[in-house]
Amino acid sequence: MNIDATTLPLLFFVFVLAMFLGVELIKKVPSQLHTPLMSGSNAISGITIVGALIASGRQDSAAVVTVLATLAVTFAMINVVGGYLVTDRMLQMFKSKTKDGGKA
Amino acid sequence: MNPQLIRGLCYIVASGFFIFGLKMLSSPRTARRGNIISAIGMLIAIATTLTALTDIKWVWLLAGAGIGSVVGALAARLVKMTSMPEMVGLFNGFGGLASLLVGWSEFHFNWAGTDPLSLFTTVAIFLTVLIGGVTFTGSLVAFGKLAGMITGKPVLYKGQNIANAAILAAIVAVGIFFCVLRPDQPDAGGSALVYSLLILAIIQAFTLGVLSTIPIGGADMPVVICLLNSYSGLAACAAGFAIGNNVLIVSGSLVGASGLILTRIMCKAMNRSLANVLFSGFGAATTAQGEGYQGEAKPVSAQDAYLMLEAATSVVFVPGYGMAAAQAQHGVRELGELLEQNGAEIKYCIHPVAGRMPGHMNVLLAEANVPYELLVEPQDVNPTIETVDVAVVIGANDVVNPAAKEDQNSPLWGMPIIEVDRARTCIVLKRSLNPGFAGVDNPLFFKDNTRMLFGDAKASIGALVSEFKQ
Repeated sequence: MNIDATTLPLLFFVFVLAMFLGVELIKKVPSQLHTPLMSGSNAISGITIVGALIASGRQDSAAVVTVLATLAVTFAMINVVGGYLVTDRMLQMFKSKTKDGGKA
Repeated sequence: MNPQLIRGLCYIVASGFFIFGLKMLSSPRTARRGNIISAIGMLIAIATTLTALTDIKWVWLLAGAGIGSVVGALAARLVKMTSMPEMVGLFNGFGGLASLLVGWSEFHFNWAGTDPLSLFTTVAIFLTVLIGGVTFTGSLVAFGKLAGMITGKPVLYKGQNIANAAILAAIVAVGIFFCVLRPDQPDAGGSALVYSLLILAIIQAFTLGVLSTIPIGGADMPVVICLLNSYSGLAACAAGFAIGNNVLIVSGSLVGASGLILTRIMCKAMNRSLANVLFSGFGAATTAQGEGYQGEAKPVSAQDAYLMLEAATSVVFVPGYGMAAAQAQHGVRELGELLEQNGAEIKYCIHPVAGRMPGHMNVLLAEANVPYELLVEPQDVNPTIETVDVAVVIGANDVVNPAAKEDQNSPLWGMPIIEVDRARTCIVLKRSLNPGFAGVDNPLFFKDNTRMLFGDAKASIGALVSEFKQ
């Protein structure tokens, strides 16, 4: 896909705004949750799966493209599935004192 | 309605879910739901993309997605909480590799095609491959160091900076050639030269990833992991530019920003610049000074340590990597509970760089069922630390080293520490008097109010717990 002169500034526009938004969002995450934040954002960086799927689903593509795209799908999927599951596993361990007191 | 428009809207919804999910990570109460919302966003993005494909090769697709899901799920279930830094490090690398492969396949598809690549797309592909490649091998080295497969010490050699500068210059040169000779130039379509430049760029990126990570020591791994986390996002972002997809750009930059902020927090917590962390080979050079601190450490038996703790009304635990290495977190929680029953006020003070990744100690203590309200930061404890009866340091070293504020010549000078030396008594659980990972001697061990409880952290904590139960 080639990008024309009208889309190009829009892509950069999105990029810059998303960077600023990211900074504002992440600043509010307490240091307690930095490990889940990293594994969770790891899962989000698995969004490259979208690119991998597009590459794998094209008509008339060479076998090389299919192999590369399938490998990309595999690794991105490890990130997505592993990232979200391990983050969930960690976050369910964070318990409040009040909740815990009821059980003990 | 136009299907492309609907897909565009779905991608916006998916981005919104990612943003909302990250926002809910701002409190431990909502964090778990936030993670699920983020996962739903990913599901929407994947489903939307599938509807856009004209020729789905199901066998390939299901094989790739299936293997990836199984590996990911197994890793997520089986990994020990102490090994979380290794896992995150490895996953960063996979993210980078996936983006690299996306860039490569995009290039191959258009290389000899009828719609050759424009300058902009070529640059984006080059950046995707470069960042993705550096992330991949850099993460593998970080993983090897964290898992103990490669030495955790900085690997330094003569002319290291020159070698790195040379490879960087070579990458720029290849990049310029690659973009000038891009496939939409006359006679360049399908040319083997352009393709070989891409392969060369991949090899160079792999080399740079290795060379730039090996000089960084084990104690600086939190910074490296954060930085690689950021790179993996930026690689996805670059892939988004290459294929003109907004959802990749948004999510990639969110991750990129997250990694950068964490990197900054880690550097600040060590009072060092990022350049210093990346290029100085900290810990290798400084061990040479080794004049040592004068004085005598005062060892204490578990029984005497018990008597101190038994009389204490306020106790602060300071965990470090040693607690993770000894798997002592469950014992620590048990001891904390016994002290609470004994009427003492308990806190767990966690330094931002304790452990091998940001928040590492918090996860371990959460695993051991310590309520998150008890986990506090140094600035919550330091102002009133004189009123603390006993500070128990478990396998932490550099983050409690008073040389950071007393000795201007110390490599740690200026680093914010947990000032346990100002507590009424300080019990240090440690194997020996050896310096920490930064290779810097710790005068804390020789202070009048410090007692050393030598031995494995888990065994020492166990001994204290059984003293309490008697």
